[in-house]
Amino acid sequence: MGKTRMAKTGNEAMAEAIRQINPDVVAAYPITPATEVMQIFATYVADGLVDTELVPTESEHSAMSAAIGSQIAGARTMTATSSQGLALMYEMLYIAAGLRLPLIMAEVNRALSAPINIHCDHSDTMGGRDAGWIQIFSENSQEAYDNLIQAVRIAEHRDVLLPIMVTTDGFIISHAMEAMEIYNDKDVRDFIGTYKPLQPALDYRKPITVGAIDFVDYYFEHRRAVAQAMTNAKDVILEVGREFGRKFGQEYGFYEAYKLDDAEVAMVCLGSTAGTGKDAIDNLRKRGIKAGLLKLRVFRPFPAEELAARLSGVSQICVLDRSDALAATGGPLFTELLAAMYEDRSEHKIINRIYGLGGRDIKVEEIEELLSAQVSAAAGGKSIDRIAYHGVRE
Amino acid sequence: MKDIANNWKDLPVGGIIDEPGTAINYETGDWRTLRPVHNKEKCINCLACWVYCPDVAIMLKDGKVEGIDLKHCKGCGICAQECPPKVKAIEMVEEADFR
Repeated sequence: MGKTRMAKTGNEAMAEAIRQINPDVVAAYPITPATEVMQIFATYVADGLVDTELVPTESEHSAMSAAIGSQIAGARTMTATSSQGLALMYEMLYIAAGLRLPLIMAEVNRALSAPINIHCDHSDTMGGRDAGWIQIFSENSQEAYDNLIQAVRIAEHRDVLLPIMVTTDGFIISHAMEAMEIYNDKDVRDFIGTYKPLQPALDYRKPITVGAIDFVDYYFEHRRAVAQAMTNAKDVILEVGREFGRKFGQEYGFYEAYKLDDAEVAMVCLGSTAGTGKDAIDNLRKRGIKAGLLKLRVFRPFPAEELAARLSGVSQICVLDRSDALAATGGPLFTELLAAMYEDRSEHKIINRIYGLGGRDIKVEEIEELLSAQVSAAAGGKSIDRIAYHGVRE
Repeated sequence: MKDIANNWKDLPVGGIIDEPGTAINYETGDWRTLRPVHNKEKCINCLACWVYCPDVAIMLKDGKVEGIDLKHCKGCGICAQECPPKVKAIEMVEEADFR
């Protein structure tokens, strides 16, 4: 594999990945600190280095709408944004996922207003965590580049077909220059392959309706399929991460563990703080404290079981959240990891039934049945599904 | 509505409809609270109702009003409103009166 060692900022690295991916369409609107990604990519378009149709829009809502339309038509489509821009896209994020469109977004994490601020935190990305998008965080320029290339394969996999956002930390990664390796164009293009849309709307031989109304009849079943796609993404992320490792040298999984094997205290974080954290861990070790680090790479789908297994032997864990859920219970990484670490799984103490999506009714008898099934399973020592969908056509 | 799939795995990906002309299978008539009742004796077949009906629910035969497609009529009453005042061939009646 040919590699070129270069100095690049996070934004330059993402623009380079998009150049190599050479998407059919890119639709975007500028916003700090992601502006540069598109600014640099626009020069590639102007210089004829890519075949991409670049669509500058009048807002991020329009950018995501245009990207959705383009992807429906059957084109491999990408975009980039940050902060308020991502917030303006939220309505459309859910639509991209519900329509099962493998859109790819370069997201540069930045705080949300108010007060107004342009610097890094993860509030913007966390606002989209329940939208049905796969979310992958990057520690540095190299990972941002590697993650974007893998994102194409993950999103477009037939078992997944979900949009995906690859994030960097605003300014800390996006504007900081560091050494990284760029792979040959041909190798990247061989790795991502040609996009074959499942059901392109522009195929006149197979006319389709997209975005039709879906009431109590089938909405729940369609959402159940989206949930399954997110579950399927776990295997695909690992498979693509391994293949990437074989081809380019660096394998990727759900997380990276640093000096974690014998750690008594561990920090868990997302993004660039892992780099800072590794230095801190080294210093703590010199002081005789057995410290370690777990950097979560994939926040959606949340690899709960894998994290619980990896961290089970660590007696003290400090979760660093670069966003606040404002839920009076801590940040999102903390609450989700806490739920993952809850070990009382065998006693049927707390189970989850997802019901009623899209207005499907739940009746008195059904609630009685749910609770009595749980009680009798506990009494008989039988296992019961921890998480299940109630009232969906299975 | 008829079952299009008996489990979520058999539905088309992304909720698309993969064949054209299926809107006719979606029977919106049960949304109706007022039913248009057409009087053939009074009707002068000016076809104002046919022009204005937003649901293509006025059925014609040989250029004359044959009746109303109650499987799709939502009961908006535009046909009765547009029927010339001197004719009044369509009357809106409480749907409950037919049950």
